[in-house]
Amino acid sequence: MTSPGRPSRLGEVPVTQTLRNGAWRVVELITTPVVPSDYLDVIAPLRNPNVLRARVEAVHRETANAVTLELRPGRGWRPHQPGQYVRLGVDVDGIRLWRSYSVSSPAGQPSGRISVTVNAVRDGLVSSYLLANARRGMIVNLDLPAGDFVLPAERPAKSLFVTAGSGITPVMGILRSAVHELPDVVVVHSARTSEDVVFGADLRALAAAGRITLIERHTGADGRLKPAELAELVPDLFERETWACGPGEMLDALADHWSEAGAAERLHVERFRPTVLVAGDGGSVTFERSGARVEAPAGVSILDAGEAAGQLMPSGCRMGICFKCVLPMREGIVRDMRDGQITTAVEGDNVLIQTCVSAAAGPCHLDA
Amino acid sequence: MTTLQRQENNPIAHLTAEDIEAIGRELDAIRDEVIAVRGERDAAYIRRVIKVQRSLEIGSRAVLLFSLFPPAWLVGTAGLSVAKILENMEIGHNILHGQYDFMRDPKIHSTTWEWDMATPAEQWQHSHNQIHHKYTNVVGKDNDLGYGIMRVDENQRWHPFFLAQPLWNFINALFFEYGIAAYDLELGRNLQTKKRRSNPVFRKNLKAVGRKIGKQALKDYVIHPALSGPSFLHTMAANFTANVIRNVWSHSVIMCGHFPNGVSTFERTSIKGETRGEWYLRQMLGSANISGSKLMHIMTGNLSHQIEHHLFPDLPASRYAEVAVKVRALFEKYDLPYVTGPLPKQVASAWAKVIRLSLPNRKPTAAPDPSIPPRRPVAEPVTA
Repeated sequence: MTSPGRPSRLGEVPVTQTLRNGAWRVVELITTPVVPSDYLDVIAPLRNPNVLRARVEAVHRETANAVTLELRPGRGWRPHQPGQYVRLGVDVDGIRLWRSYSVSSPAGQPSGRISVTVNAVRDGLVSSYLLANARRGMIVNLDLPAGDFVLPAERPAKSLFVTAGSGITPVMGILRSAVHELPDVVVVHSARTSEDVVFGADLRALAAAGRITLIERHTGADGRLKPAELAELVPDLFERETWACGPGEMLDALADHWSEAGAAERLHVERFRPTVLVAGDGGSVTFERSGARVEAPAGVSILDAGEAAGQLMPSGCRMGICFKCVLPMREGIVRDMRDGQITTAVEGDNVLIQTCVSAAAGPCHLDA
Repeated sequence: MTTLQRQENNPIAHLTAEDIEAIGRELDAIRDEVIAVRGERDAAYIRRVIKVQRSLEIGSRAVLLFSLFPPAWLVGTAGLSVAKILENMEIGHNILHGQYDFMRDPKIHSTTWEWDMATPAEQWQHSHNQIHHKYTNVVGKDNDLGYGIMRVDENQRWHPFFLAQPLWNFINALFFEYGIAAYDLELGRNLQTKKRRSNPVFRKNLKAVGRKIGKQALKDYVIHPALSGPSFLHTMAANFTANVIRNVWSHSVIMCGHFPNGVSTFERTSIKGETRGEWYLRQMLGSANISGSKLMHIMTGNLSHQIEHHLFPDLPASRYAEVAVKVRALFEKYDLPYVTGPLPKQVASAWAKVIRLSLPNRKPTAAPDPSIPPRRPVAEPVTA
């Protein structure tokens, strides 16, 4: 207990702090022009407070197509809330690609670990890479947890979870953390076959223990679940606070169904963004800061198109060699006009592109 | 390509415009092949070089803590020199060219990298990537030709000032990093008038250079010596020596890139409306290589493959060796001079030119045609 009336005590904090800051500045001078952590990264990649990373501590195969990674986050991590997702940055063939994965482990594990479950998606570079190559000891880059697909502080008396495929992962995180706080839980889960149910054993164990009412739907045999069928499966449908996660069409259908019933505010959805962008010719380029927007045809560089629209653009050699014109692309798809290489960015990516040699190959959003 | 066309021994007299565009297409195809396979191997390579460099630097600096003892001084100085050379050449130069931007690693990126050099990365990128690489060997545009302090072309008017240029060049070699910093600042030009001196961009750049030099000097000449305690002066001398060795080495490598016999220079007017093929051709004729072992290539940051580097400045440098085989075949196919040679020969050739041009031209030029400014070959191509 320090009382504010003791100046000696008060004076001490700034002095030690100043000393520590000064000492740190000397350490920084020792390593200039890089920072001390660049050297430390070589031996202790998790302790860098400015670059959040995680070590893969264990890899469990869930199904033929899904794998769970147990991760130990490094310094700077902030615990997640059940239902949130994290972005993982994985170097695939030398290129760092970021993808979002729901945290499937319960919150606040004493080991400090979290787990994510990766489902291989068609044409998914990162998911198929992790499925084949994730090993214990591997270092991945990590972002802080995000997303509002979470339970309210006041737990609902009746809850319903409608999931399909890998949509079960955030719900599994919620169930593992808080199923004991939820008095009446129904889980309606769709997968192609019984073997394809990710966390099938865990879900069936919860059901057997009477914690949840599990309704499994195997779409390979029974076809896709229609919202209208839900009323038969769950009679008190609209009395329940509902969380849904799965493919976009399913979520759209559910959203329509709930709003027709006037219960839209009871439905919470989590959408997995589609990450597969298909290259076309030309596209609209939006400069998000200035609000300028221009239609850029295939043969015209984004630099030229932007300048023609009155956007202030950084530029240099205008032939792809000086890297003065790079701008972050938040979302979109571009084609290198020299070699035809395609570069894509999904939300949160901020991929730096050379605007003087890149042409739009679809809608692009630039951070400029 | 008007300069070349007026040369007595024009190396491209036999090429048609179609040939030049065909050369451009073949070079684009070579580039595409590398882009298609660029990936894991290149990322692993640069990460490994960075790791080796950092370990070598830490190790050498640790040894220098005991530099009072002559063997420690020798080992530490040698190690630190190699570490500084690697840091500048194979790592700094190449990352700042954007060669590893494809990795999307914010730590190894042309927009974030800073190097152990007096000039801040950003200023160097402007004068090097943007000016030198675009206007390679264009007299009056590419200041890398003579760094603004030397006469590098017979057609430049001789002035008694140039008598001392071998001396300038030698001093520049010793303190190359400061020379480069002054060059990036365009110090001579910007100090000339009051208006230029007070230009806010120049002031800002000057301040950035001052800060950078301050930090670098503090590191090498105060902090590390102080950590060595009784070895203070020895460590200071070791760091000075390592800096000078690094400077002389990079100066030599860089002189070999565009100065040796056989390299062409170009007129300002010759690049108007230049096509991609013509740009490629200018890079081919305006650069020279250094032959040698793999170690030699690594220690020069693969600038020993200067021709390949100028054709493809943004491809990972460790790919230049494999690219060189195809590039050289292309030179032979189109009967163009591929200037290369071992380091001592190329350095001697470049120095000979510096000395030769410090004196007035030996032969007076033939009576000039009043309609055309007189041009003579800067140097004879080595192959006919």
